[in-house]
Amino acid sequence: MARILSGLAAGLLFGAGLAISGMIDPEKVLGFLDVAGAWDPSLAFVMAGGLAVTFVGYRVVLRRPAPLLEPRFQIPTRRDIDGRLVGGAALFGLGWGLVGLCPGPALSAIGLGGPSVWLFVAAMLAGMLGFRVVDRLRQRGPAGAH
Amino acid sequence: MIVDVQAWIAALAGGALIGAAAVLLMAAQGRIAGISGIAAGAIDPPTPADDRGWRLAFVAGLILAPLLLLPTGLVAMPTVTPDLGLLVAGGLLVGIGTQLGSGCTSGHGICGLARLSPRSLVSVVTFMAVAALTVFVVRHVIGG
Repeated sequence: MARILSGLAAGLLFGAGLAISGMIDPEKVLGFLDVAGAWDPSLAFVMAGGLAVTFVGYRVVLRRPAPLLEPRFQIPTRRDIDGRLVGGAALFGLGWGLVGLCPGPALSAIGLGGPSVWLFVAAMLAGMLGFRVVDRLRQRGPAGAH
Repeated sequence: MIVDVQAWIAALAGGALIGAAAVLLMAAQGRIAGISGIAAGAIDPPTPADDRGWRLAFVAGLILAPLLLLPTGLVAMPTVTPDLGLLVAGGLLVGIGTQLGSGCTSGHGICGLARLSPRSLVSVVTFMAVAALTVFVVRHVIGG
């Protein structure tokens, strides 16, 4: 129950941040990405504010031996740069640039954005689930499939 | 360039809230606040039942927060393209790309950069550059 409540609290905070910052408005996001047009730099401040708080907060929190509700911290340890990382980021960037929605803002805009957002979110979730299913089949498949 | 100091302050405050959410999730559960990973894990059948509840609760919080804040007048209303093909293509690309690339604007952009992860830096530079290039082509090459 504590995990569900902490998940809900974090989601509410995150959603509030997306709503107040303007990230849930794709028109504003595209204005930020349109560096050759009438560039709107305001969303750079979202990253500045988010990074500043997270950078300091992580350093305080990660000094503890463990999180409050779990036995250990689950921090990604990989440091290698591979084709999946770069290719995935490129595909994501293409989709983000086409519509102006990334995963957090897309979910947060479900209540206010209407059918366009619902269709985008349905396609996004289908893409996530489809990729995971296919990727699992490939990993389990015969050697030489890669 | 558009100079709108009020929007900059709102963006900074919103960003700080996003950071607070990331720190809360790390302090409570020891996890990275990566939305694409949390959302995909919430709907993926192999996710264990005891790992699914908090993910669904997080997504519920994401959806509810803008609605709860609506009366304050601080919430930006989303203006989204009505082009069905663009919405489906964009959604699929974002869904597949974030799973292949292990993260999005939150997991790599906020949490990963705050941890000084080299993978996240490469990811952020790549998706920012491709997104900006995409907008340039759509608005100034095709649309221009």
